[in-house]
Amino acid sequence: MAHQIIATSRSATGIPTGRLAVWWVVASEIFIFGGLIAAYLLNRFLHGSWAQEAAVTNTFIGGINTFWLLTSSWFVVIAHHYSEQRDAKKTRQFLWLTILLGGFFMGFKFVEYYKEISHGMTLFTNNFWSFYYTATGLHGFHVLCGMVIMAIIAEGDIKNERNWHRVENIGIYWHFVDIVWIFLFPLLYIAK
Amino acid sequence: MAEVATADVSHDDHHHEHEQTFWSKYVFSTDHKIIGFQYLFTGIAMAIIGGYFAYVFRMQLAFPGSSVPFFGIVSPSAYNSLVTNHGTIMIFWVAMPVLIAAMGNFLIPLMIGCDDMVFPRVNRLSYQIFLLSAIVLIASFFVPGGGFGGAWTAYPPLSALAKYNATPFGAPMWLIAVALEIVAFLLGGINFITTAMNARAKGMRMYDIPIVVWMIVIASMLFMASVGPLVAGAVMLLFDQTLGTTFFDASAGGDPVLWQHLFWFFGHPEVYVVLLPAMGIVAEVMCTFARKKLFGYKLILYATVGLGILSFFVWAHHQFISGVDPRAAYLFTTTTLLISIPVAIMLFAYIATLYGGSIQFTTAMLFALSFLAEFLIGGVTGIWLGSSGTDIYLHDTYFVLAHFHYTFFPIAIIGTFTAIYYWYPKMFGRMMNETWGKIHFWGTIIAFNGIFLPLFFLGAAGQHRRIYNYQNFPDLAGDNMQDLRVFATISLVIMLLFQIPFVINFIVSLKRGKKAGKNPWKANTLEWVAPSPPPHGNFPDGMPEVYRGPYEFAHPDREDDYWPQNEPGNQKPANK
Amino acid sequence: MAGNSLKKYNRIYVALLILFIVSVLGPEIADIFGMEGLSRMALILPTAFGIAIVKAYMVAAHFMHLKTEKIYAPYILLVSLALMVVFFFGVKIDIMASEGHNWEKPYKEPTESSASHHGDHSESHDDDH
Repeated sequence: MAHQIIATSRSATGIPTGRLAVWWVVASEIFIFGGLIAAYLLNRFLHGSWAQEAAVTNTFIGGINTFWLLTSSWFVVIAHHYSEQRDAKKTRQFLWLTILLGGFFMGFKFVEYYKEISHGMTLFTNNFWSFYYTATGLHGFHVLCGMVIMAIIAEGDIKNERNWHRVENIGIYWHFVDIVWIFLFPLLYIAK
Repeated sequence: MAEVATADVSHDDHHHEHEQTFWSKYVFSTDHKIIGFQYLFTGIAMAIIGGYFAYVFRMQLAFPGSSVPFFGIVSPSAYNSLVTNHGTIMIFWVAMPVLIAAMGNFLIPLMIGCDDMVFPRVNRLSYQIFLLSAIVLIASFFVPGGGFGGAWTAYPPLSALAKYNATPFGAPMWLIAVALEIVAFLLGGINFITTAMNARAKGMRMYDIPIVVWMIVIASMLFMASVGPLVAGAVMLLFDQTLGTTFFDASAGGDPVLWQHLFWFFGHPEVYVVLLPAMGIVAEVMCTFARKKLFGYKLILYATVGLGILSFFVWAHHQFISGVDPRAAYLFTTTTLLISIPVAIMLFAYIATLYGGSIQFTTAMLFALSFLAEFLIGGVTGIWLGSSGTDIYLHDTYFVLAHFHYTFFPIAIIGTFTAIYYWYPKMFGRMMNETWGKIHFWGTIIAFNGIFLPLFFLGAAGQHRRIYNYQNFPDLAGDNMQDLRVFATISLVIMLLFQIPFVINFIVSLKRGKKAGKNPWKANTLEWVAPSPPPHGNFPDGMPEVYRGPYEFAHPDREDDYWPQNEPGNQKPANK
Repeated sequence: MAGNSLKKYNRIYVALLILFIVSVLGPEIADIFGMEGLSRMALILPTAFGIAIVKAYMVAAHFMHLKTEKIYAPYILLVSLALMVVFFFGVKIDIMASEGHNWEKPYKEPTESSASHHGDHSESHDDDH
């Protein structure tokens, strides 16, 4: 950063600029995931046989993964709480706990993929599995991105006690990713 | 979003000019004006490529089978690739970057009175991704099999399977280029919206924002809201192309029509995404050169919002012959005809702005006026296409083609020229030559009508699009029809030749033009408060404050016929 | 004040966990009681999707602080969701058909027996229940 920009510090709406932008990012993600989920739902309604496919997905691993994400959402909101108190140590601690749970999520995801692929359910088996891998893959990609950004914030900003508001911004994104999973879980695992 | 700086104090050294190398000043700059120029010049370069493609395939249509100068013999697959990429380039790499990205980048911070975009580095990233997407697209012409030739709408199964489209590398590269371009504009759009929402100058209320900023921001919102399903669809189509999934393969339970919905849910709002900035530019130019307040500022704004909302309810009118349910077609016909109302409100408000004004026929004003006239033709011919009954006959004929060129040409080309002739003094600090500008204007407009008016008649006579050689179809090979095609092609060549004075004028004026000064047009909006060209940080004399609406021309309380937004006055007339 | 917001987060988290367990149990209960058809739907739809909506609301309102955020943010998100609903129903009236007057889709639904083409991996079914 060569110099400070006045534009960034202005806030005509009353929402800090970074958070306002995150809301728009979340809105654009709603459209991306919304389009995919709408396409999946239309196919699901059209093809009665997909209920049998959905019964094959591993509800146990899906449930555990829901648990990881719910807990990580809780941790990141606690990190936000401590960031408002400017407590760098605890903020970092809870950010890293969140990343750890994100890692658990990805680990279980890979175990799940491995089991399914070794049982012959691949991206190409039929369109249910194509949607399954595309939707969970896209979601997993978002989890991964969130983990990387969170690590950068924890080590780059919070360690040096600056840019505290970034904790809240990444938190909003992380909660959104959690909400997407909250809907993917019944869509792909429970409803059968 | 990771871009936010902590400062809640404004530093005094923010318009400090640093010693900068060429690279840091023009290539890796985070200055919104430089990024705007990067978008502008990339867009113009892509426009030259797109225009060249148009020249090649128009020559093939007029003189089938003969060797085209500067190209050679056009093969059928090359023809397909040329028309596909002409469409793609003109919409995604010309209209979008020039009208939204270049004009948005250049105008929004200046017009709302701040020193830069709120996220300058995200802004730079968005241009770099855009540049990458342009490079990927251009590279796709040179891979084995050639560039993608399945039309810019990329309907599967033609686009999904290499055995149909015969471009195993061109098709995925085309799709990746489009996806990258979308990502670039999502980043840019979030930046525009956030900047306009949060970084306005002190005293600038909602209805003090110049209408062009509103339009670019609403266009960015429309883009963001419509493009999401297409991103999902692009991922699915890319998997179909490269991995062999069957999302859009009817024989395996997929649905090719789903792609059409995903595409047109984006594709129709996209028309308004590029229309709105052009409308805004024209409004600014008209107010300044008619020396009148914009007629019905709020009316235009509300009509724009209504247009934006309605644009999400019309997409299936592109699919009337794709097996859409006739009852749904009825619904979409109704919404399509409804959407002409807000557009008509806007056009009438513009005409009312002109009424009784003291009009100055500068080149920018001429282009703005021609925008109204030409766009009106495009809009009115859309009525036939929006009605599902007549569309069954006219679908995929040259009538459609002429219709949307009568909308897109005013938007993308006339809108761009309006903006360049109007803001050139602000961009580069010098005036363009008006005489050459007018020669350019008349040559462009007359030749443009020469290209596309005949195509209406050809389309109504049943000439279908995307046909390589009409001599193979006896019904379409008559002498009269061929004469019209030759006429259109010659008009195109004339129009392209008339762009040479513009390019020369543009380049020569950079060095030799008359010095512009701060406010050559005596306009009110904040960008004319800054020096021309504005330095880094935009407003070296301190950030402006806003005291009134953007269009206070010929105010009775004032001697000058204009009243800049930042001049303190005794009262603050509400912008009704 | 500070302690209160932490307590609130903890309460929300516990509520989320309870809802999550209920949503997972829904289909299991349906299996235990051998529910089929409509009664199964009547149990699973609210436990799966009703609870998902409640959970999403709780995360959005309390963890994302939408309840106390300026009014712009909830509007942005609600308009986004509304447009996706428009998209869904606009597409639904068109492509939710397998046949029409003069056409039908070539793809046929696999029947009960042919659907389990991963039948030789039946152990994977056992894992799930």
